[in-house]
Amino acid sequence: MTASVAPIPRTDLIVFLLCDASYWLARPGHGECAFCHRCHTVLIMPRRKAGLQIIALSVAIVILITAAAIFPFLSIAVAGARNSVSILDAALAFSDGPLVVLSLATAALIIFVPLARVLLSLYVLVPIVMDRPPAPHATQAFRLAEALRPWSMAEIFAIGCAVALVKISDLADVSFGPAFWMFAILVVLVVVQDNFLCRWSVWNALSKTAKS
Amino acid sequence: MERVEQDGEIINARDLGVVACTRCLQVWPQEVQTCARCGRRLVQRDVKSLQRVWAWWIVGLMCYIPANLYPMLRTRTLFYVQEDTIVGGAIELIHYGNVGIALIILLASVAIPMGKFMAIAFLAFSVTRPSAISQNQRQMLYEVVEYIGRWSMSDIFVVAILSSLVQLKILVAINPGLASLFFALSVIFTMLSAQAFDSRMIWDAQQQGKGQK
Repeated sequence: MTASVAPIPRTDLIVFLLCDASYWLARPGHGECAFCHRCHTVLIMPRRKAGLQIIALSVAIVILITAAAIFPFLSIAVAGARNSVSILDAALAFSDGPLVVLSLATAALIIFVPLARVLLSLYVLVPIVMDRPPAPHATQAFRLAEALRPWSMAEIFAIGCAVALVKISDLADVSFGPAFWMFAILVVLVVVQDNFLCRWSVWNALSKTAKS
Repeated sequence: MERVEQDGEIINARDLGVVACTRCLQVWPQEVQTCARCGRRLVQRDVKSLQRVWAWWIVGLMCYIPANLYPMLRTRTLFYVQEDTIVGGAIELIHYGNVGIALIILLASVAIPMGKFMAIAFLAFSVTRPSAISQNQRQMLYEVVEYIGRWSMSDIFVVAILSSLVQLKILVAINPGLASLFFALSVIFTMLSAQAFDSRMIWDAQQQGKGQK
């Protein structure tokens, strides 16, 4: 662009992406939320001290994911024969021929995408919460974290586990390893962390500090 | 809870001459090309999005056919090798009396994917044609499709857990079949198809309809 005048963003308006309804922006207070009359999507939902809580949750998630991926997850025993697997083993089960692709995809969906999202949100949030200028490339990092959101499937793996357990339980004795309980807690934490994060507030914080 | 201040009728952003960034929600005047906050290209309506929706939709449907024809699981015991397709496995479970699990499997891997294909096709058709179903219901349908889409992946995870866990040397071993790959691809492509849909178009049809009256 040749024009030297930067376009001015309309900070007095808010638009709901799902349905394109626009409103005059009234910032909700802590514990309140702004939602759309038309599609009932919640857009702004700030929480008191949410930043610190999210950081605490994120650190817990990083530790739990690492441990849950390595320790034994489930083990079965039939007529003296035993087998025990970790989550990483389960993800890498598709190991023959063209199914290797699927192996990599499942490992990513269950372990690496949730881990990457948590690390990225830590990278973005820690400077904001400490009132420092945002980390270099923080906007790109948050963008990536948001793009990965639908592909983080830890909670869906939990449902898959439940179905698989019901299927095998008549066939063999199944026992839970330590990673099973870690994963159960992990799923809850991932969902809570995701719901605490108010995207609008994060973008707002990123743009405010970028200007000054 | 506090609603955003609004009196009277709800106005579309397009009619106000502004456009919102689809990534970071910053609102800009209509002539701005890229969002200065996050760098995303600003589009008032993604007109080409319907083409992307249909492209992913067709690929997804094409993958869903081999997903049902090839075996999903290969069970090898001392005496025999058994290969089960998705529907075949569920019918087998009914024979053994596990009607509950069979229904869950049929729901998760047949009813939900088929419903998803139909729902996306319906939404894509409804933005170009007048529809008897209200905008609110279609918006809700879209959100349900986006939300449910990921859950079909649970089937793949079941196969992953079963085939890694049940590896007892000679006694019994379960291995994944080729259908698992196609099923996973089908789920991924339908997710992409639903993501490509620009749901703002649902609400445009309403505005046009009002203009005609």
